[in-house]
Parts: sequence; structure tokens; C-alpha cells
Amino acid sequence: MSIRQGLLALLGEGPMYGYQLRQEFEQRTGGTWPLNIGQVYTTLGRLQRDGLVDETDRREDGSVLYALTDSGRTALDRWWLTPVERGTPTRDELAIKLALAITSDGVDVAAVVQRQRSESMRALQEYTRLKARIPDPPDPQDLAWLLVVDSLIYAVEAEVRWLDHAEQRIARRAGRAAAPGRRSRSEGNGDDDQPEGAPAAQGTAGAPSAAGARARTGVAR
Amino acid sequence: MIATETTPLLRLGQVGRTHRQGQLEVQALRGVSLEIRSGELVAVMGPSGSGKSTLLHVAGGLDTPTTGNVEVDGVSLGLLSTRARAALRRRTVGYVFQDLNLIPALTAVENVMLPRELDGVGVRQARQEALSALAEVDLADLADRFPDEMSGGQQQRVAIARALVGPRRLVLADEPTGALDSGTGEQILRLLRTRVDAGAAGLLVTHDARHAAWADRVVFLRDGTVVDATANDRPESLLAGGRDAS
Repeated sequence: MSIRQGLLALLGEGPMYGYQLRQEFEQRTGGTWPLNIGQVYTTLGRLQRDGLVDETDRREDGSVLYALTDSGRTALDRWWLTPVERGTPTRDELAIKLALAITSDGVDVAAVVQRQRSESMRALQEYTRLKARIPDPPDPQDLAWLLVVDSLIYAVEAEVRWLDHAEQRIARRAGRAAAPGRRSRSEGNGDDDQPEGAPAAQGTAGAPSAAGARARTGVAR
Repeated sequence: MIATETTPLLRLGQVGRTHRQGQLEVQALRGVSLEIRSGELVAVMGPSGSGKSTLLHVAGGLDTPTTGNVEVDGVSLGLLSTRARAALRRRTVGYVFQDLNLIPALTAVENVMLPRELDGVGVRQARQEALSALAEVDLADLADRFPDEMSGGQQQRVAIARALVGPRRLVLADEPTGALDSGTGEQILRLLRTRVDAGAAGLLVTHDARHAAWADRVVFLRDGTVVDATANDRPESLLAGGRDAS
């Protein structure tokens, strides 16, 4: 998704001024994606060039009221119904770190996993505290923000579950591998798969960084 | 009363618990220490067999440690007679289990009254306390319903009201969201959090990271030992942006 679609979505509700668009966008995404006003006007300029939005009014102070054109409306409708594309999985630093840990001598893999799990739980606690401040049931303003926080929570949860899973897998391997074959690559051939199936190994790579979101939300809230 | 506001409501000191199965000795807990104060919710996470449930049972006086010491509200359980221990347990500790354990033939309010009646409190007072406990979990309207006339989430709220009725301030919860869907499960955690913020103390045993995240502190249990814990940070300090997560 780009700012472009975000602005189209907001204009789908009715004409707005540039500064309004910026305000609305930040409010509804809970401040997790701050925009500067320059980005907003540059994007509006391109949307206008492409015939998707148009100026409907210009105030004396120079601020312009933008509205969707018909082709803008079509583009927006299409966007709502198009699933978000999965990017190429970024190299997951955590998965690679673990892979290196289990194949390196003298590394306490359990400690590596636990250190990470504690850190992930800390992030999960922080996000949950943010969530706890949102009244339940939320009013419409807060609902958008709540969904953003929930999405961060589920992403970290996936990481914790993956760590639990990895730990069990490693423990089983350690249990079976006696003295020889410690470096054998044939261990992970999938015959010891968890019955419940592995949760997607989705790291935090794609999500906004915990620290970043925290700093921003701290300001926004 | 010996206990003060700063006395932990629950204190485990180097608690060990060994089960004997014939020739076999299973060390369910090994030197576990833990303190929980009023206003604190602590989650214990660990895989099955890590000793989570034993920890909860020992903490609530339902099981006796082989070594070490358990104090509830400043009183060492080991120094009490069986009878006195049962009385302390009933007065101070409430339990919420995965299986709701509500009595089907009793209405919501009667279920919540029960522990107070066992305490020897008069019916009128027990009823009053039960109604206010139900109001605190937002169920005042359903006081006269029977468990099977309520949803799973409502039943679990009754169980929480029962756990914290009267003077009880320590709630021990074992996978309290077990059979509930994720939205309802979250409401239960939110409620537990609210009751703890209002002055109770909670020990929550769960394997669900999202639920454990409602706690102030998360303790990781492996093979009967605490291997790590997250610090009891307050949100203000975190949101100030002073700490980097990377």
C-alpha cells in the first residue's frame, strides 16, 4: 500500500483539504504511519495528473479542496477488493540467527531462544498495554487504532509461537542425536513435524519496529 | 493483621515439589521463588510438563511443597494446621480454572455466594457481596440465570466474580480462557486486569502469549525452574521512548 491509496480511501468519503487528509490519515492509523504535509501534496499532485482526483474549490488562503473523479472512484473500489500483496519474504534475521546457532559449537541455543522469547514477550506486553487503554467496546475512532495494535500483537505472537516450536524441534533433535551426527543436515527432513502444524515463521521484519511505533504512539496518544 | 500493603499477597520461597511414582521421582518444581503484590498480575508461561499447574496448586495450598515455603498474605502455609490452611485458603484465595466448575443447579448469584457461605457469613450478607461481585464483572442483570443459560464468556465472568467475592484478593487462574474464542478470551483477560488494577493480585498460568501479555510480569518455567522473567516495567517509562527494543 502507498500513501496514494490511503488518500484515495479518505477522499472516497467526500472532498477534503490537504491538511485534513494528513490529519485524518494519522488519526485513523493511530500515528503508526506519520506523513509530512509535503508527501501529501506531492501525492495529490500525482493523483491529479493521473486524473484520479480533481480540485473542486480553492479558498482565499490558497488551500485546495480535493475530490475523487469517476476514475478515482473506480481505482478505489478496485483497491478495496484487491488483497494486499505479500512482498518477497525479507531475510528473517532471527531464523538465520537460530540456524547459525544450532550449527555452531559452544552456543547455548536454549539461551538464545529464551533471550529472544523474553524480548518478544516484552514487546507483546507493551502493545497490550497500549490496547488496554482503548475502551472496550471501542468507539469508531479507536476501532481503527485498535486494529493496528492488534495486528502488531498478532505478529509478535507468531514470533513467540515460532520460538516455542523451534525450541521443541531443537530439543527433539538433541534427544535423538547421540554423539555422532551433530552436524548432520538430514535431521530436519520434516518427519518430526508438529501435529498442530507450524505457525508461519513470520518475524517482525515486515512490521514497523517496536521502538518506532512506541515512540510515535507515545507522542500521538 | 500482620499483613501490610507492602506484604506480598503471595510469596514462594525456593519451592520444590517432587512427585513419587513408584520408584520414579519426578521433580515438578525446583527452587521456584516468586512474589506477587496487590495490583500485580503475574503470568507463568511454559510448555506442558514444565510445572505450571503444580506451581498454581502449591501457591493456592491445594498441594504441599516438598521443600521451601509458601506464604499467603504474610502467613506461612507450612506452619498452619490442615484446617487453618483450608480456612486461610478459602478466605484469601480464589480460583478460576479452565473448566468453569460452576455448579449447574445453582444460579449465578448462588454460585458466587457459595464460598462466602462456607466462610460462615450469613445468607443475606453473602448475597449482597455476591451481587456486588457480579456487578463488578458487569453481570448484575444475569444474577438469577443458571450456568447453562449463559454463554461461555459469561460463565467465566461468574467464575471470576466467585474467585474475588468478599475479602478475597488473590486470584489464581489456570488457562482461564481455555475454551473461549479469541474475542471472549480477551475480554476475560481485560476483566482480570481490571480486578487486579482495583487492588487484587493475580497469578495466571497460560501457554498463550497474547494472554500472558496482559500481565505486569511474565515468568518462564522450564522443567520446574524459572529460566527467565520480564521486568515489571510501567507503561509510562516505556512510552517515553527511552528504551530501544532492538
